[in-house]
Amino acid sequence: MIKHQKPAAFYDTFERKEPEAVSTHYCPGCGHGTVHKLIAEAVDDLGIKDRVIFHSPVGCSVFAYYYFDTGNIQCSHGRAPAVATGVRRVHKDAIVISYQGDGDLAGIGTSEIIHAANRGENITVFFVNNAIYGMTGGQMAPTTLQGQKTLTTPTGRDAGRDGLPIGMAEIINAVSSPVYIERVTLSSAKGVLKTRKAVRKGLKYQVEGRGFSFIEILSPCPVNWKMTPVESRQWMSDKLEPVFPVTCFRDAGSTGNPIDSRLDVHKAIASEEIPFMNDKELITLLNGDSPIPNIEILQLEEDQLVKIAGFGGQGVLSCGTLLAKCGIAEGIHASWLPSYGPEMRGGKAYASVILSNDEIGSPVIDDPNVLLAMNGPSLDAFENDVVPGGLIVVNSSIITRKVFRDDVAVLYIPATDIAAGEDLVAAANVILLTVYLRYKRVMPIETLKKIIPVSVNRKEFVAANLRIVDKALEYYETISQL
Amino acid sequence: MNYVKITADQCKSCGVCVQTCPNHCLAIGSELNALGYQSAVFIGEDRCVACGLCFYVCPEPGAITVFKNEQPRKETETEKGVSL
Repeated sequence: MIKHQKPAAFYDTFERKEPEAVSTHYCPGCGHGTVHKLIAEAVDDLGIKDRVIFHSPVGCSVFAYYYFDTGNIQCSHGRAPAVATGVRRVHKDAIVISYQGDGDLAGIGTSEIIHAANRGENITVFFVNNAIYGMTGGQMAPTTLQGQKTLTTPTGRDAGRDGLPIGMAEIINAVSSPVYIERVTLSSAKGVLKTRKAVRKGLKYQVEGRGFSFIEILSPCPVNWKMTPVESRQWMSDKLEPVFPVTCFRDAGSTGNPIDSRLDVHKAIASEEIPFMNDKELITLLNGDSPIPNIEILQLEEDQLVKIAGFGGQGVLSCGTLLAKCGIAEGIHASWLPSYGPEMRGGKAYASVILSNDEIGSPVIDDPNVLLAMNGPSLDAFENDVVPGGLIVVNSSIITRKVFRDDVAVLYIPATDIAAGEDLVAAANVILLTVYLRYKRVMPIETLKKIIPVSVNRKEFVAANLRIVDKALEYYETISQL
Repeated sequence: MNYVKITADQCKSCGVCVQTCPNHCLAIGSELNALGYQSAVFIGEDRCVACGLCFYVCPEPGAITVFKNEQPRKETETEKGVSL
């Protein structure tokens, strides 16, 4: 009878690699294949194959989706725990595996792993530590040993220059939320069997809903260490394991540490207030209950390069998003690029909005053809940038001077005064926007009115904003007849 | 009788199984496989205990299959890549 064979959690043939492929892309003697096999076997034995969503990193194991017949997401560099968190929160029945290397987890994604651990996400993290950046050709990683020669440390890592190797299991152990933290090694058959146990335990705890498991696996990289596969395993026990002690740092699943309180946390997450919603309900939620017009794509006479400028608090940025959303609702391309100082109120703020029938290459606007100037300094700053034949809409309640240019169209709108008349001074932005859309006939004002309920965050101000659009139109009619 | 089947065309000749096997049932063979490596071969007909250590240390998912209490079948022409 067959006692050990290729686990069923692997594809029979790795068609994503190449047709009929049966071997991995890993170098001879690589540790990844062994870890893959141990995970696949545990997935088989726990009967969770159809529930697993496997998050692979950037690194040699980037192609894990070639091999695992499970759900797969390939995450950007270092971000697997963050992506896994999102999947965890959305797919409550999923078994979420984050598989990362040391460049990915200990270098690029240090912050993601620590915060995922601190939140005690109910995920299992497999951290494959081979003390080097493998895929890119053997550069120094944070886990590289003191004196170890790599491509970027040809004379050996120097603690004075590069620091000392970082122990991720120790760092995770400084966080109180994880339930299980262990470091294991692939240096020997005994180590592999211990790794097998640790992999199973990490997954089992997740199935039981216990919380965050972190398993650091010391793994050989013979090619980049410039050793034979057998030598590399000897080097691991001689050099790597004294620096990275192979031990169980925490096992709150069996020792009865305060795991009950953590279970409560996960129960709370599992039953959190947001109910399950189907796609239709989600779309309704995201649209703010407002029907977004589904109409033919608007044809613009020319690209609208709109600069909206004022001081923070005048609704400069939100005016920009409102305009961009109107463009999107009309089926055209839109971009919105904010620029503001660190202060939330009172600093300079401007937004660049582009509406175009073509794809937008860059959201930056050097020469706007529309300027909505909310205050004096912004008119001073951008007046000369407007292209000849462009439009400047001036908030004449605040800006007392006239526009110097005579080759552009200018509209003087006492926007702040009109808005104050409706007890909503902050809506001066909407007035300038309305007048601009009306004057240039960019799109029907009806679109703006449909988008305001979606775009305005404080729903109690929606009605007032809609009234203000009408006021702005009334005012525009009076000046256009002059 | 126990034995280990090595699918020759999946073996990358890293030699870790050879070094790991406590009863020295495996060796690196002399023939090149489809990948260009000298595949490991099973030489422990009388002493394999089917412990599975070679299976676990092997980095290739499907290169090694371990049989317990079973006679190895003769290699046929259709079973390309099976070596004993």
